[in-house]
Order: sequence, then structure tokens, then C-alpha cells
Amino acid sequence: MAKLRQCAIYGKGGIGKSTTTQNLVAALAEAGKKVMIVGCDPKADSTRLILHSKAQTSVMQLAAEAGSVEDLELEDVMNIGFGGIKCVESGGPEPGVGCAGRGVITAINFLEEEGAYDEALDFVFYDVLGDVVCGGFAMPIRENKAQEIYIVCSGEMMAMYAANNIAKGIVKYANSGGVRLAGLICNSRKTDREDELIEALAARLGTQMIHFVPRDNAVQHAEIRRMTVIEYDPKHKQADEYRALARKIVDNKKFVIPTPLEMEQLEELLMEFGIMDAEDESIVGKTAAELAA
Amino acid sequence: MTTLTREESEALIQEVLEVYPEKARKDRAKHLMVNDKELESSKKCITSNRKSLPGVMTMRGCAYAGSKGVVWGPIKDVISISHGPIGCGQYSRAGRRAYYVGTTGVDTYGDMCFTSDFQEKDIVFGGDKKLAKLIEELEVLFPLSKGISIQSECPIGLIGDDIEAVAKKKAAEIEKPVVPVRCEGFRGVSQSLGHHIANDSVRDFILSNRDGQPFESTPYDVAILGDYNIGGDAWASRILLEEMGLRVVAQWSGDGTLAEMENTPNVKLNLLHCYRSMNYIARHMEEKYNIPWMEYNFFGPTKIAESLRAIAEHFDDTIKEGAERVIAKYQPMVDEIIAKFKPRLEGKKVMLYIGGLRPRHVVGAYEDLGMEVTGTGYEFAHNDDYDRTIKEMKDATLIYDDATGHELDEFAKALKPDLIGSGIKEKYCFHKMGFPFRQMHSWDYSGPYHGYDGFAVFARDMDMTVNNPCWTKLTPPWKKVVADELKKAA
Repeated sequence: MAKLRQCAIYGKGGIGKSTTTQNLVAALAEAGKKVMIVGCDPKADSTRLILHSKAQTSVMQLAAEAGSVEDLELEDVMNIGFGGIKCVESGGPEPGVGCAGRGVITAINFLEEEGAYDEALDFVFYDVLGDVVCGGFAMPIRENKAQEIYIVCSGEMMAMYAANNIAKGIVKYANSGGVRLAGLICNSRKTDREDELIEALAARLGTQMIHFVPRDNAVQHAEIRRMTVIEYDPKHKQADEYRALARKIVDNKKFVIPTPLEMEQLEELLMEFGIMDAEDESIVGKTAAELAA
Repeated sequence: MTTLTREESEALIQEVLEVYPEKARKDRAKHLMVNDKELESSKKCITSNRKSLPGVMTMRGCAYAGSKGVVWGPIKDVISISHGPIGCGQYSRAGRRAYYVGTTGVDTYGDMCFTSDFQEKDIVFGGDKKLAKLIEELEVLFPLSKGISIQSECPIGLIGDDIEAVAKKKAAEIEKPVVPVRCEGFRGVSQSLGHHIANDSVRDFILSNRDGQPFESTPYDVAILGDYNIGGDAWASRILLEEMGLRVVAQWSGDGTLAEMENTPNVKLNLLHCYRSMNYIARHMEEKYNIPWMEYNFFGPTKIAESLRAIAEHFDDTIKEGAERVIAKYQPMVDEIIAKFKPRLEGKKVMLYIGGLRPRHVVGAYEDLGMEVTGTGYEFAHNDDYDRTIKEMKDATLIYDDATGHELDEFAKALKPDLIGSGIKEKYCFHKMGFPFRQMHSWDYSGPYHGYDGFAVFARDMDMTVNNPCWTKLTPPWKKVVADELKKAA
């Protein structure tokens, strides 16, 4: 039995983290791996494609009903889905109230104390919301949690900014613990020279583009049925893409402390690929009227 | 017993500072001074109201302590909710000895603890709903309460709960003031900001509630501000004002009520005892209602007489005569107290370290007993307090701001006072060092100390502490060497 590998998936909001994670995990399960997903997002939508449900009842939701998290048992919060995948959602408040970060901390501590990370597991995947906005959302990458970070990104400018920022966050925890950047997953938006660009970014960050996931409507077709492509249409070529990603992650040996780019360097890279125009210093701070004059 | 010269005091400060690392030494040096009565302003020689240093033992509290513990807590018919986890509410409950008249749990709530008892789920999902429910339950259980204040503990500010919205909604429902107070403990450098925040919330939600309503005025209406009735202080003060012919409309906030506070804009003069915790509302009433305010000092007969006369100056001859009558009435009692205790206390030295008012206000009372204050300092004063302190203290005495445990220990060893007056956190350390000690926040479960009645208690307490035979059984550190030598010789 190999050692349990804990992986966290980060990336800009809306980039397709949850969809990619669930398809990837489904492919791992299909290949016989024992996997658990821990959703770290108050929206609790990290397990719906595995469980065919709208949103799994979360740890924090159940804790609130029971009185406190100490009143819960592991089986109350854990559901088993496609391919025997264990699913947990940390949960949290509605937008605008309370503290979602604390919810993540509480839920992950609970899972650890209850022994959710048992020896039979091969992989745990944390699916974390958008940015590392506070200590709570950095919880999965603190010491003794996830050791491998995968960043989902695309060839769009903001996605790359976010990836670079997340790399900065990893550096902080990499120096104090064992967390490493394990690769960029390009979830294609069909921008120009996207694969080359992400490979260039990966090289600058000191990592790799572990896989280029092409855009395909099969993902959406599966998603409206609350399924992964692996389960919905296992013969589809898109399913093979996720299998390829899964295989690469199983075989991955390249774990690095990233070398994040300075803002100027990142912008140079974007300009090189024609995503950004060279800055025209003469127009900075000028109103439309001033420019017309 | 030692009186240090200016040079010795300055040398002592340098010696005490030596143990600190350079950065801390530089910072702490600004908070310690040797008094010079000639100084116009304290600005050049002492820094105050700054962040305490990490790694030192500071005695300060927090904004919540200032708001809930000091200003809001004593208002007896208002329920103050400690909003957040249980500890802040439980450990600030009934500890301040702000006495009141009433039936606790029926029409008054001073000694009780009301808390929303935050759990993990309240942090994650927000506590607004729980707060709303708590207020509904309070209204059912304690229908005679006149209002509610919500005292925010740290997490409320961290998770951004909208207590203002809850307060507004519930105030309309229960038809009583519900006051949100943003006194999260991490705000500011000490309890001082909590006083200010509490004053502001009284200003915004209470003070003008009865504006325009009929009020039967007299020319002699005054309010007592900044007396928290510790051990009955406000009562011992109030009778003097009443005996001289004034009508005390309100007590802020010891044994005070919401109605009294709402009626305060009708008074002719605001009398301010604790300047630090209530000067804000006094200044506001001066601006908005044109009510003058003055500081007074009811510790010890000299200051009491001075204060009574100064207060009377704001009124007609009836009151001026009243002041003289009161002073004359109590003179025999004062003479008797002084005749009894002064011979036992004469020449004794006192070192003080208290909150924001008493380090200067009690100096006169000690002097009335022939005692001398050789060092004084504040936990959370501002420079306007030090300006006033310079005038009260003798030349070459020590003045220390936000003193650390180390500094207090060393000053005590050097000054060798016959009595130390400070708080519960200092008490047992100094007892172990062999110093007679009085708690000067809570009057050591005694009091009152204000007014003539209070002076009698004060004199008795100081005597029974300083002259307590138990101290002869202990050897203070500076005599220890001699004692050891004698033992060897024997």
C-alpha cells in the first residue's frame, strides 16, 4: 500500500476547478485508486458530479444542526459516490455573513480527528475556493495536510495572474512545511497558443504543465446530468483526456518550491504572447477629455 | 522610606531601562519621567496612549473592558449583552463592585451576566440570528428592563456581523433602545478607546431620546459624570451635593438609570469625576446643549472643600453658602479622623499605579493624612491626564506610563514605599515582596472612598494596611541582606 497522497486544487474562481477535480478523481477511481474529495468552498459544489446530488449536506451544516462539530460522527458527513469515492463538503455560511475560512478549518480538523484519512486511501483531493483570501483557505496547504498543489488555469490573463498569486502563497508554506507545487492543469478556453503560453508560465514558475485539457461540450453534457464524463460517456475522447491527467498525476515526481514572477515579468510574458499590449505611460491618469485635447 | 533627588530618580530610570533590548529601551524611556512642577505641558517628557511592547507584562485591559466593564455595565436598568464567546462576559461579571439599589433580575441587572455564548457554528454562520433571538428572550424574561446594549467581543468584528441592523430591528419591535457598541477588544491600545466608543454610542442612541419632552427644571440641576459607585462612591458624593442645595439629576453611570441619562441634557452643569472615561460625553453636551462642565475631586477633605467651592462658583449665593455650610458641618468629623490617623501615618511614603484618574486624584487624600506619594502612574492615561498630574505631584517624583512588571518591581525596590496602591494583578507580587498593599481599583472590597464619609473609610483602610502587624513578620528585600548577615553573626 503506497503512502496516502494529499493534493489540493487551487485556481481562479470559475476556471473549472470543481469539474476538473471530479473528472480527474473519477478517472483515478476507475483505475482502482481509493480517493476522497474534501470540498473547501461554502457553495458545497465539489462533489455533486460524483454523488449526483445538488449539494452534499456539509460538515458545518450538520454541526450547526447537531449543536457543535463534536456531536458529529464521520459517517454523518461522509457520502460514498461513483467508484467508491468518499465525499465530504466543509460547507459554510451564505455569502456576506459569518466566517467561511473558520468553517474550512473546523471541518478539516474534524476529519483529521475522526480519522477520515485512513490508510486504505491512496489520494485525498481538496477542492478550494478561488483565492487564498485568508488563513482558513490556506488550511489545506499547512503542515501535514496537502503536500501537492495543482493549479487549474487557462490562457486568459486573470487566470494567469491568479496562478502566479497562488504560487506566492505556496512559497510561504513551502518554506515552513513540506508543501510543493506539482503542476499547472490547463483547462482550455481556446485562446491563441494557449498550450505554449501555459508551458512558458509553468517553466518560469519552475514547474510543469502537467496536462492540457481541451475544451469539449461532453463535459457540459455530463454536468447537466450531474455526472462526470468518465461515468456518463466513458468511451468519449474527453474521458481519455481525464484518464491521461490521472495517469500523469499518479506518476508525477516533479514537486517544486515555485519561483513566482514579479508583476513586470508576468506582464512581459503576456505581451510576448500578445495577450497584453505594451503599456503606454503617456496615457496613465489622463481623462478622455484630456486625451482628446 | 526613601525620597529620591532628581538625579537619583533619573539614574533609577536609566538603571531600570538597562535590561531592555535597544528598541524596547528607546520606547520605554519615553514613558518614564521625573516630575517637574514647572512644566506647562507633559508632551515633551512623557508619551502615553501607545501600543504596549510585546514581551513585557502590561496591566492594561481592552476596549470591551472599557465599554462593558466601565461605562455601560453599571447602568442598572439596562441589560448589557456580552456578544461573543462566554469568557469575556463571565470574567467581567460583577467584579467591579459598582453598587446599585434595586432587585437584581427584576428591575436591575448589574451583577448578572448576559452572553450570546458563541460556538464554532456562530463564527462560521454568523451570530445575527442568535443575537435577535437573545433579545427576544430577554424581553420575555426581563420585561422591566429599560434598554439593551450589545457589547461586541473580538469575533464580532472579525466576522463582520451586522449588529447595527439587528439592533435597529429589535429596538423597533420591543420599543426600547437597543444600542450596538463596536468595542471589539482588539481595537485601540487599551481600555481607553472602549470608554470613547461607549461614550459615542450613548451620544448616538441615548442622549437625545427625550429632547423636546417636558422636564421640570430647577436652577440647581447637575449631573455626576464618571462616578461608577465603587463601594458606594457616588452615594457618598451625591449627599454632599444635595446638602449644599443642588439637585442631582443623573449619576453616570454608577447606580444610574437610562432615564437619568436621557434627562441629563436638561442640567445646568455637568460635574466630571473620572475625566478619562467620560470627558467625551461632557464635551459633546457642552457643544450640543451648551452645558458647561467641570472636573472635581472628592478624595480627601482638602480636595473636597476646594471642589465644593469651585462647584458653588457656578451658582448663586444660596449654593455658595450651602457649600460653606457643608464644609463646616463635616469639619469636626474631618478633624477627628485626622487626629486619629495622621499620627499613625505621618511621613509614610506611597507608590501608586492605577487606571486613568486615581493616580492623581487620590494624592490629596494621602497628603491630608500626612503621607507622601513618591511615584505614580497610569495604565491608560493620555497626555491631558499627565498635564494634570504634573501639578499634583511633588518635584522629582517618578511618573510612569503603562508601566511593565519589571519597572514596577524595580521602582518599588528603589523607592521602598510604606504602601503600594494598585490592582489585583499587582497585589500578591508586592505582598510577596513584603510591601503593604491596597487595591485602588476596587478599594480592596471596602469603600466608599469618595466624599467625607469615604475619607473616614479611606483613612481607616490605609492605617490598617500600613500598620498591620503582619508586615513585621516579613523581611522586605532591602533589609534581607542585613537579616542574613545578622543570622550568620548569631
